[in-house]
Amino acid sequence: MSLISNITAATLAKDIRLEWRSKDAINSMLFFGLLVVVVFSFAFDPIAEESRRIAGGLVWVAFLFAAVVALNQTWAREVRNQVLDAYRVSPAPANSLFLAKALGNFLFVIVMEVLMTPLFIVFYKLRALGPAWMLAPIAVLGTWALVVNGTFFAAMSLRTRAREIMLPLLLFPISLPAILAMVRATTAILTADEPAKFWIVLLIAYDVVFTTACLLLFETVLQAE
Amino acid sequence: MSYLYAAFAATWIIHIAYLATLVRRYTQLRKEVEELKRK
Amino acid sequence: MKRAFPILGVLTAVLLSYGLYQALVAAPTEQTMGEVQRIFYYHVSSAWTAFLLFTINFIASVIYLIRRSPVADAVAVVTAEVGVVFCTVVLVTGPIWARPVWGIWWTWDVRLTSTLVLWLIYVSYLMLRRFSTSGQTPLLAAVLAVFGALDVPLVYFSIWFFRTQHPQPVIGGGGSIDSRMMHALLINWLAFLCFAFLICWSRYRLEVLRREVEEMQSQESMFEARGGR
Repeated sequence: MSLISNITAATLAKDIRLEWRSKDAINSMLFFGLLVVVVFSFAFDPIAEESRRIAGGLVWVAFLFAAVVALNQTWAREVRNQVLDAYRVSPAPANSLFLAKALGNFLFVIVMEVLMTPLFIVFYKLRALGPAWMLAPIAVLGTWALVVNGTFFAAMSLRTRAREIMLPLLLFPISLPAILAMVRATTAILTADEPAKFWIVLLIAYDVVFTTACLLLFETVLQAE
Repeated sequence: MSYLYAAFAATWIIHIAYLATLVRRYTQLRKEVEELKRK
Repeated sequence: MKRAFPILGVLTAVLLSYGLYQALVAAPTEQTMGEVQRIFYYHVSSAWTAFLLFTINFIASVIYLIRRSPVADAVAVVTAEVGVVFCTVVLVTGPIWARPVWGIWWTWDVRLTSTLVLWLIYVSYLMLRRFSTSGQTPLLAAVLAVFGALDVPLVYFSIWFFRTQHPQPVIGGGGSIDSRMMHALLINWLAFLCFAFLICWSRYRLEVLRREVEEMQSQESMFEARGGR
């Protein structure tokens, strides 16, 4: 167990350091997210009343598209430098690499969400009618649901022809229950019209099921050449 | 009532279309086998 | 073995014709929805067939993950493709049924929406198989199939709860079913199962041929690479 956490921590620290220096992923994610927000503002110009009902969906669609930007470059550095081949022949457990990558992506996407939220509040004149603090666990659970499967499918997409488009094609269908849950939970908090509890429980179940599946099957995917 | 017949027709159109693609792929493969055998 | 195919073909044709007769003529007319309800016999039997095919795909994928058997992989790709075809039928007949009954083409009906997500997942499975450049396509596809199968209950529950929060018309009706209707439904289901079996068998033979051709082509290129001696 400690071997996993050592390698995970080291890989994660390396990725964060590299990202902090170049800020490639964060910048492209933020700009893309901003563009999506602006386009949505042109498309839907709601009054405060309506905006609470649709903001949940808009926010998560924007986050989803921006997250795909980050996920697509997850393994780019590793592929360029033949790190994956090295990992295949090393005794290091593949899970530690996966966990590091997933946690790294998670951090980047959370940072993007934190930076984008004020924009949404401003553009859509948002004010939560329900307990606003609950938006934090929803964001964490929802982001992890997208990121854990996204990192996994990004690895699977590496060996396909249209790599960048393959990731969303694989990710979106499988993520639909999670997306429904995070959108409905957010809308529930914003409008206080319905309870968010079921959706949060569903998100927890989704996260547990798919984190386990990813951890169990990543070794298989990594070894596949 | 046209909806009823539309649904049944649509079902068979979909199935026939798929079978047609199977036939097409089969003849294409047969042709490739011929070419490979000739070489 | 080869002689079984035409025999089964004739049997299937007979069953399908009988099923059609049952659906259009013999089964009683439904009270509230009228004649349009007869779409039910094709819609539901196709759905059950599609679900069965996807279940076989899941089992074949798991077998492949455990044993790396090429036969299991061939069964997986065959059942996925034919399953998508039957699933398409469900998604087309559903709205055609909904429109005259409810006045709308689509609704967040649990079963129809779950079927749509299932269709999306399996189309993405087929796209992975088509776009994959690796020699390990069967392995990646099998992993995706497992993910898809894990997703199915989550899909169903999420849409079920969504619908209870936002009640929508139910396509397909609930409640008990008249025994003559059940009879017609089962006949049609049996007919479509035989039909699906025949299509899968044909597709399987196509797959075997395709792999043979691939094998021959790779041998051909190795031969040429060695100088074509």
